[in-house]
Order: sequence, then C-alpha cells, then structure tokens
Amino acid sequence: MSSSSSQDQRPLSPHLQVYKPMLTTAMSIVHRITGVALYFGSLLVAWWLVAAASGSDYFSLVNGFLGSWFGRIILFGYTWALIHHAIGGVRHLIWDTGRGFELDTVEWMARANLIGSTGLTVLLWIIGYSVR
Amino acid sequence: MSLRTPLGKVRGLGSAKSGTEHWWMQRVTAIANIPLTIGFIIVLVSLIGADHAAVAARLGHPVIVILQLAFIVSITWHMRLGMQVVIEDYVHHEGWKIACVVANTFFSAAIAIAGIFAILKLGFGA
Repeated sequence: MSSSSSQDQRPLSPHLQVYKPMLTTAMSIVHRITGVALYFGSLLVAWWLVAAASGSDYFSLVNGFLGSWFGRIILFGYTWALIHHAIGGVRHLIWDTGRGFELDTVEWMARANLIGSTGLTVLLWIIGYSVR
Repeated sequence: MSLRTPLGKVRGLGSAKSGTEHWWMQRVTAIANIPLTIGFIIVLVSLIGADHAAVAARLGHPVIVILQLAFIVSITWHMRLGMQVVIEDYVHHEGWKIACVVANTFFSAAIAIAGIFAILKLGFGA
C-alpha cells in the first residue's frame, strides 16, 4: 500500500512545456479563455438589460459608459470573444459527430476560426458604425 | 462480473450519478446559443444610437421578449456548465472546489434572474 505522500511524489504526465507550441494548442486554450471572458462579460449584458428596464436616466448613464472609448474597447473585445467562441464551438460540434479529426482539417479549421472571428468582428463593427 | 445493480445499469447514470447530462446539456445549449446570440446581436445593432424610449419599445415587443428570455436562459445555463469544467480542472483542493462550484451556480443564477426580470419588465411595459 502506498501512502498519500508517496503518491504526491509520483511523476506527472508530460505537461505543456515539453510539447511544441502549435496553433491548435493555442486555439484550444483560447476557446477556454474566451469562454471565461464571456462568463464575466455576461455582467455587461445583464447590466445593460436592467438599465433599459430602469428608466431613461440610468439607461443614459450606462449607455454613456458603454459608448465611451473605454466602453467601446471592452465591447469590441467582447464581440471578438463571442464570435471566436461561437465558431470554436461549431468546430467542437463537428468533432462531436466524429468528423474533422484529420490533421490538415484540424489545422485548417483552427485558421478559419481565427481569420473568421477577426473578420466577422471587424465587419460587424463596420455595420455598427454605418447604421448609427 | 459486475457489482452494479440491475437498476443502476438500467438507469445508466454511472458512478457520478448524472450520466452524460452535463456534456449533453452543454451541447444542447451550445446549439441553442448560435441562433439566439445572432438574434441578440441583430437587436443590439438595430438599437445603436437609439434613445431610451426606442430601446424600451423594441425590447418590449413580445417576439423579442420571448427570444431574449430563451437567450438569457440558454447562455447562463451554458456558462454555468462551462465554468464548472474549468473549476474542476484547476481547483484541486476539495473544499475550494465545492465553494467555487457553488459560487458559479449563484453567479449564473444571479445573471439569469436579473436578465429575466429586466426582459419581463420591459415586456410588460417598463
């Protein structure tokens, strides 16, 4: 029988630092980071909705903050995280069906996710600025 | 030979007593999130530069209220499931892990309740 202290001394499986950094590994952790960012970003969604339900004065205050340069930087980042996580999620749904595990496909989807999310974010903000 | 009871086998919930529910609901809410989030973004973009009266009128429309309710329920459910996986991966101390998982539920529920209240208030005429 091994004691718990000897279990603590056991070698760990190879960790991040022994592997060559690759786009697919980076995209994996970015999916998680954007998920966590969106988790806390949900405060903004709830705040904005509550402000809209609270009346004109408070809504103006919140809208003023979100419309400031600082607010817009946050919202731009939020938009990118949202679109990136959404496309990354679709990638995961495709993998869930057992498809898309070929190395070139995985690499291609990682690039498409990065380029697609950035492109769509910029496009959405161009639309946003042109409709106001 | 298996030590599992016939009833346990039939239920198929395994040792964690929840089967694949967590994994499955993360996928179900993920699929729901795609159209609901696109809808939310379209509503937001349509309201850029609008004053409070216009925003309240748009958000109070019954169809938008129903879609917004579905959106807020689906995203808060999804984010609670996702954050729980992150906590279970990185928080190894049992006490802290339980505290974090509980706090995660409280945070997600608070966002959901605040959002649902605001959406309903606008729907019934704020």
